[in-house]
Amino acid sequence: MKSPKVVASTAAGLVALSLGLSACGGGDDDNGGGSGDAKFDAGSTGIVNASTQKGGTLKMAQPDDFDSLDPADMYYAYALNFARLYSRNLLTYTSKPGDAGTAMSPDLAEGLGVPSDGSKTWTYKLKRGMKYEDGTEIKAQDIKYAVARTFDRSVLHNGPSYFTQLLDAEGYKGPFKDKNLDNFKGVETPDDYTVVFKLKAPFSEFDYVVGFSGQTAPVPAAKDTGARYGMHPVSSGPYKLEGDYQAKKGGVWVRNPNWDPATDPNRKALPDRIEVQSGLKADEIDNRLEKGDVHVDLPGSGVQAAARQRILTNPKLKANADNPLAGFHWYIPINVKTIPNLECRKAIVYAADRSAMYRAYGGEVGGEVSTSIQPPNVAGREKGTDLYTKADPNFTGDPTQAKAALAKCGKPNGFSTTMVFRSDRPKEKATAEALKQSLDKVGIKLELQGFPSGTYTNEQFGSPKFVAKNNVGLGTYGWAPDWNTGYGYLQPISDGKAIVDTGNANPEELNDPAVNKMWNDVVSVQDPAARAKTYNEIDHKIREQAAILPNVYAKSLLFRPANLTNVYFHAGYGMYDYVNLGVKG
Amino acid sequence: MTAPIEVSGSEAEAQPDAVLAGMERKAIQGRSLGQIAWLRLKRDKVALSGGAFVLLLIFLSLPGVTGLVAGWLGSPPNDFHQNLIDPTLGGPLEPLGGISAEHIFGLEPINGRDLFSRVLYGARVSLLIGVLATMVSVVIGTVMGITAGYFGGWVDTLIARTMDVFLAFPLVLFAISLVGVIPRDLFGLTGNNLRIAILVFIIGFFNWPYIGRIIRGQTMSLREREFVDAARSMGARNSTILFKEILPNLVAPVLVYATLLIPTNILFEAALSFLGVGINPPDPSWGGMLSQATELYSVAPHFVIVPGLAIFVTVLAFNLFGDGLRDALDPRAR
Repeated sequence: MKSPKVVASTAAGLVALSLGLSACGGGDDDNGGGSGDAKFDAGSTGIVNASTQKGGTLKMAQPDDFDSLDPADMYYAYALNFARLYSRNLLTYTSKPGDAGTAMSPDLAEGLGVPSDGSKTWTYKLKRGMKYEDGTEIKAQDIKYAVARTFDRSVLHNGPSYFTQLLDAEGYKGPFKDKNLDNFKGVETPDDYTVVFKLKAPFSEFDYVVGFSGQTAPVPAAKDTGARYGMHPVSSGPYKLEGDYQAKKGGVWVRNPNWDPATDPNRKALPDRIEVQSGLKADEIDNRLEKGDVHVDLPGSGVQAAARQRILTNPKLKANADNPLAGFHWYIPINVKTIPNLECRKAIVYAADRSAMYRAYGGEVGGEVSTSIQPPNVAGREKGTDLYTKADPNFTGDPTQAKAALAKCGKPNGFSTTMVFRSDRPKEKATAEALKQSLDKVGIKLELQGFPSGTYTNEQFGSPKFVAKNNVGLGTYGWAPDWNTGYGYLQPISDGKAIVDTGNANPEELNDPAVNKMWNDVVSVQDPAARAKTYNEIDHKIREQAAILPNVYAKSLLFRPANLTNVYFHAGYGMYDYVNLGVKG
Repeated sequence: MTAPIEVSGSEAEAQPDAVLAGMERKAIQGRSLGQIAWLRLKRDKVALSGGAFVLLLIFLSLPGVTGLVAGWLGSPPNDFHQNLIDPTLGGPLEPLGGISAEHIFGLEPINGRDLFSRVLYGARVSLLIGVLATMVSVVIGTVMGITAGYFGGWVDTLIARTMDVFLAFPLVLFAISLVGVIPRDLFGLTGNNLRIAILVFIIGFFNWPYIGRIIRGQTMSLREREFVDAARSMGARNSTILFKEILPNLVAPVLVYATLLIPTNILFEAALSFLGVGINPPDPSWGGMLSQATELYSVAPHFVIVPGLAIFVTVLAFNLFGDGLRDALDPRAR
């Protein structure tokens, strides 16, 4: 998924994570009107103002707008989170604080997918009696249709494209061009309550593909208006749009009487009404959050610098803020083609001033100094050991070791290379400047080049041709997975197959035969623990190759107004859980 | 851009009243146009102080001088002083932006670099780009304007329409996209030298129509004047008339306009740096500093004020000087 401030590449996205902490908050929601247990960071691990009180109007605001309201045509994590208010998928992230939030849980389906044929066929059974906002029943064919429409990228171009890549439906053009749904062989519906996915090749993490996005939310074919469906998606969830959604302005959602809470353990649906205002300035949203006039900053990526300053210096405000790990790891890929010698790459890692890089991201509130490539929220991730650097906020680099590595590399006096960064991101600029400063000391000369973030991940750092032509040795980069497993996190950034001409998410261009083989094999492994072990080995190998210099695991600073109830950080989306919030008074 | 400046060609030959008045008492003294202008300019204290500041800035930007002054009153522009910075909030630990005897303008947030020397080094970039881009505009604008104005007819139509096209050009968008696609080295230039060259090109090459229009208008009125007719009737060729008769009469408006264009270009460079298409770090530039400061104004307000003030004072000085120069060269334009 994408976060609004940080659009990764096309194929990839990001999302969020959880905390490496235990799920202490649990689901104790029976203390009525909210307990006022507001404490700094309390919402990162547990439920603040737990409540079951219904009613009121939940006000949400965003500076920009959703990529679309069509659940199949969105990639931003916050949009996918929000879409669950009016749509249900086959599976969805479990509505629980802590790590439990990253697990998939049945939504329209009765249970998780049942694999057969060596993970090439996945079967889901639907619950009975679920209805759309107009009272018609949700049937398996609607889900088949919903998946089929994601095949037409010319109509739905924002969403993920996993189904197109994984399903065995070669040549299918989507229902807008090919009206006969029987021509779509990727999904079968033996009866009204059974959905069967047919894959080209085994894929053991298919449940995540089904649940992380809104692409299995049912769409009644008769009501589908193609690209305009996002103006008024038909609700299958607890709320329905009142009138149409107005792009750049907002919209209002009211209760959907045809939603049956008994079939839906993941959504509390406390407020009676939800108002979304789009196009409000980010700083203004922060001001209104502090006053409680707006309850939720939709993008969920944290407050702006001005509010950050106010919150951190005022204990009263600080008690209403959370500081969870946001899912991203900001790291520095070191291109193995521009700097082919391992010792030269090691010299960069040795010399890097981790302290200055950590400060560039805002110290302890901004992030955590990293060891492994996978951030702590990834299921089964091991912390790993520091290889050529130290995950210590005070570590300023080891010039002696760096010089020794340079000598082994045959360049005792250092070398020159280009480092790129996103010029409109002050943190990345500060990171690049800090790295230049520390590498200068051992004779490695960096030429810094900034590029606009709109083109950076596609045409500059994301283009191997550009990288080669411009002698780009390293750059700033960040990644958050589509779903929180080692596959979701590491495969797009380290598999040799993932190297593409534009929008390359593997800018280190690591194409290691051993790593590639592990990726090919791991997709047929059924046991999640065994898969996690492989992921950790790959993680270690990347660092052993000095192909990535770890930097910081990002933390966001989220503010929860005192009148917001049932608030907790949801690890699956990397922000508060929007379907369970309520309001007081 | 600024409005066209009215400078009448008649000033070139007529002796101003003030000078004629003085002739009755003193012996008649021949004075050139330049001397007369200088006499008037000397009386304009505001313009002179603007000019003095500009000269000081140019002096401080000379290679060698910058480093010396920065080393004397500050510390090298790229040295970090992170021990003086709050790691979480990013602002200087000491009040007033960390202003002290060692750091007279305070410290940059996060890295703790010395603001005084960064502003000083930033002046080089701003002046260099401002002046070079202005020269590009002036040269192209004068050549095109004089050609269009003197020859008229289809030449005029062609050039005038070209100017319209240039004026309608979405310059900022062009700059942003151009910076994204330029190669690492071009014409033997790399790194920031290349960036500066590109910025000079963008700013200079696309701003010439403003000056071109003024020159064209001036030339059109000049070519109808008696002295041009006289030269023509004596058999002077077009080139002689252009270079010997018309061009000298255009020096005043060109000079004035150039002085007023420099600050506009400095601001434009700052705007481009602000948008992230200026020069690359760690080299400082005023626009780049401002752009970073907008993120951090709540943490370190001084970080906005220092480069902002530098731009403000420099632009003001150039404008005051330019206004004074115009008044001196053409008192009727007051």
